[in-house]
Amino acid sequence: MTYLYPQIIFSKLFGACLLASLMLLAPLTAQAEYGDVVLNNRAEQSGMRPVIFPHWFHRIRFKCKVCHTEVGFEMRAGANDILMADIIDGKLCGKCHNNKIAWGPQNCHLCHSGLPGLKTGIRGGDSTGGPGKW
Amino acid sequence: MSRFFFPHLVLVSVLVAPASNAATEPQPAKKGPSTEVPVVIQPGTATKPAEGFQAPSLTYQTQQSGTPLNASNSFNRLLKTARRHQAPTDDGIHDPDNDGTKILQPPLEAYANLPRTASDLGNGVDWVKAMDEHIISPRWDIDDPEMQPLVMDMNIIRFPRGSIPNELFPHRQHTLWLDCSNCHPAIFIPQKGANQISMAANLLGQKCGTCHGKVSFPLSECKRCHSQPKVLPGREGVKP
Repeated sequence: MTYLYPQIIFSKLFGACLLASLMLLAPLTAQAEYGDVVLNNRAEQSGMRPVIFPHWFHRIRFKCKVCHTEVGFEMRAGANDILMADIIDGKLCGKCHNNKIAWGPQNCHLCHSGLPGLKTGIRGGDSTGGPGKW
Repeated sequence: MSRFFFPHLVLVSVLVAPASNAATEPQPAKKGPSTEVPVVIQPGTATKPAEGFQAPSLTYQTQQSGTPLNASNSFNRLLKTARRHQAPTDDGIHDPDNDGTKILQPPLEAYANLPRTASDLGNGVDWVKAMDEHIISPRWDIDDPEMQPLVMDMNIIRFPRGSIPNELFPHRQHTLWLDCSNCHPAIFIPQKGANQISMAANLLGQKCGTCHGKVSFPLSECKRCHSQPKVLPGREGVKP
């Protein structure tokens, strides 16, 4: 009977290791930066990666009012129907991303940089429901 | 079963003596049967049964694998659920295989000079302070970098029920960023007493929760809004 002992020890050790690694890994999942928005109403249907919009990057350079009043973006993720044609025409993102204020729409992969399959909406540990939750 | 385990145990007992110290250096090859090799590679587990319950072998194993010794006692005191402020290549939503992802700026690089909040919730940046100290100067107008907002410096104090500290809403901090029409009249009716605000509504993403909890500092930073100590009846002498 004593020869079964190693087996028991191994299984307990294995279980403890598994538990320890789970406890270590569980709080370590990566999280998008607070306020990041995924735009994928049209991108993937058209064969491009989803767009990731970083609020933090833009608010260092512009106040909320610029985009949400002057440019005309609704304050609700998913509520803005954005076409590349509009951007190239100088509307919405294209009001700045026009090679004058910021780099132009020929830099496809700077915006279309999301993981395939992401759903439209706000990311980054948002803690309220409502607008932006789809 | 005993026939199966017996030779295994003998092999282990041969290796027991040097295991605790000499295990750090590679074991010289024994002249025994070739089945020894896998046992040599894992001294931590192999020596354990033969030595009884000896701690050193376990210590060695954890040190080698690089995990902290008390990993099983880790406790998530601050309820942190994720690694925050990751670079785009590892933030879980950008595609690391995309060439453009590597060009994007990591958030912490941009936050390097900005005042951080103690809680590190949200972006972990005190955005208003950053602006007041002129560390950042975001444009108010899309074309004109000189144009300044029409700042309205008016506070509204609200009195929640119970012992919850009173809530101070500063127009100044909001009009630094926003136009009146961003909030009025769609989210807040610009009239005293006309708005039913509750934390329940905020949590559902209405009222303050339209922005706070998504892009502005989250609702879990209670004291940034509920900032006015309340004097409770019968407790006038008690300091908050």
